[in-house]
Amino acid sequence: MAVNVITPGLSTTVQDLGRPGYYHLGIPISGGMDRFALRVANMLVGNEEGAAVLEAVFLGPELEFTAPATVAVCGGDLPPKLNGEERPGWEAFPVKAGDRLSFGFLKAGARAYIAVSGGIDVPVKLGSRSTYTLGALGGHEGRALKAGDSLPLGKGGSGMGSVPPALRRGPGNPAELRMLPGLYWHRITAEAGKRFFADTWKVAPEADRIGYRFKGGTALDFVPREQPFGAGSNPSNIVDACYPYGSIQVPGGTEPIVLHRDAVSGGGYMMLGCVISADMDLIGQLQPHSPARFVEVTMDQALAARHDRQAALQRVRDHLGK
Amino acid sequence: MSIRFTFGGDEHIFGEVSEEMSLEAFFTSLSMTNAVKAAGIRGVTEICPANASFQVKFDPDRIKPGDLLKELQSMEAAAATSDASLKTRIMEIPVLYQDPWTHETLMRFRERHQDPSKTDLEYAAEVNGLGTVENFVQAHSSQPWFVSMVGFVAGLPFLYQMVERKRQLQVPKYLRPRTDTPKLTIGHGGCFSCIYSVRGAGGYQMFGVTPMPIYDPTQQVSYLTEEMCLFRPGDIVKWKPVTRDEYDAAIEAVDANRYEPVIRPATFSLAEFNKDMAGTNAKLMEALNGR
Repeated sequence: MAVNVITPGLSTTVQDLGRPGYYHLGIPISGGMDRFALRVANMLVGNEEGAAVLEAVFLGPELEFTAPATVAVCGGDLPPKLNGEERPGWEAFPVKAGDRLSFGFLKAGARAYIAVSGGIDVPVKLGSRSTYTLGALGGHEGRALKAGDSLPLGKGGSGMGSVPPALRRGPGNPAELRMLPGLYWHRITAEAGKRFFADTWKVAPEADRIGYRFKGGTALDFVPREQPFGAGSNPSNIVDACYPYGSIQVPGGTEPIVLHRDAVSGGGYMMLGCVISADMDLIGQLQPHSPARFVEVTMDQALAARHDRQAALQRVRDHLGK
Repeated sequence: MSIRFTFGGDEHIFGEVSEEMSLEAFFTSLSMTNAVKAAGIRGVTEICPANASFQVKFDPDRIKPGDLLKELQSMEAAAATSDASLKTRIMEIPVLYQDPWTHETLMRFRERHQDPSKTDLEYAAEVNGLGTVENFVQAHSSQPWFVSMVGFVAGLPFLYQMVERKRQLQVPKYLRPRTDTPKLTIGHGGCFSCIYSVRGAGGYQMFGVTPMPIYDPTQQVSYLTEEMCLFRPGDIVKWKPVTRDEYDAAIEAVDANRYEPVIRPATFSLAEFNKDMAGTNAKLMEALNGR
């Protein structure tokens, strides 16, 4: 039982729910950027929610199956085609040995999660099958897929059903990314803080699994200070410190970068705070040039949003009878 | 030193021990993270010490952010007064300074540098008032360095020079980060040196390369079969300048997987170090050289 890679797409990687516990060594959690979509795709094909799937970005792969299985594609609107015939996303469908799965052009979002019953059965590394490409760790040989790769499938799992649009989740337009100010927020002026939230930003071309860069907003004004020993001379520099997931660093005060699942674990740039956990999935579905705003929330609002996201997942489970 | 605690979103608490770098701040950060580890607090998923700060990641479904904050604050007093000493390791890292690979890379990115007319080493020698590259290499490699953080990318050590502050080498980072850095480059930015464990982006000045792997995700390298990453906070490093011939011989040994790094047990006490830096460093060299 295997999936053969005919064409790899732009950067298709094996991902599950990630590899916690090694961030202190600089090894990030990795895993699907849009975990809501990853979990739902697994539910649809009868897998554990955290089974390994394929994450495709912008341009889908072409795959061939060597045995019957169930497939579901969730997340961005990257239309699946079975033997050339379009199939709906967010819906389980059966495939036979020799069938080919390809994709039409991306219509919305950025990343699609391709779940296959049994899960992608690459070796577990440090507790996860997720690919961390920068460190050549996990996934299929530590890298994005190439033509000619053959991915083993696990046993078991079969499912059916679909998830209607009302139960799905994706970013709005402009995307509203809720953010809890903190960390080094005190380093910028009150006026700069207001502008940061008032401006509409655009996703820059440098947007990947490590982080998303945003541009088009106002450069930050810093509160003047004598730079502390060891920090470096730019006012955006700090003594190299840990970077939380979702943290928003602003090198040189110009273009904010939100770190994502393959985050660099630390460095010497000040951070304004973090995008809240509930909205990390949404970032994974943003295309370059799409507009986004940062929305200030409190800790209580962040926790409420986290519960709302969990409730949305529960509605999908209930709908599918899980 | 009073720790400044702040939340990083709904899943992280960040503690800044000090805005400026010092070994005192590092040891407070290390005692705090050791205490958090030992306490086995439910819901804590990642504990990351850094140079002068630290970070704890948690699951807010299992512990309320405010409750975890209180627990961390209750550990602060003990951490501040803890005995800043370590049973650790000292290791020798061979370095080919002025190597052809970082030279080729730095020439490609000259327009991102403060002084495009000089190499990174020439620039570093000048801004530290050392005159020549030879003098700078001597200053860089004559005294040991302390691993005060591991991270950025997998297994990358940040190293802090074990000399009086006024003698520490400081060099600004590139004006704009490079998109490429050779694997195993010895870099320097602010007061920190580092070893780039993998090829990739970087903003530190580039001084040389080491032949010695420090990260191996395949766990094939003889001394990295148990742990993928060589370095841990608290390790002590001595750079050993090598010639091109010595570098090539080491690469040959690495390729045949018979390279044996020089790693020896050592102890370190911050109080003793502050009393007598030269004496402490001399003892560390004895531990390294087996005398």
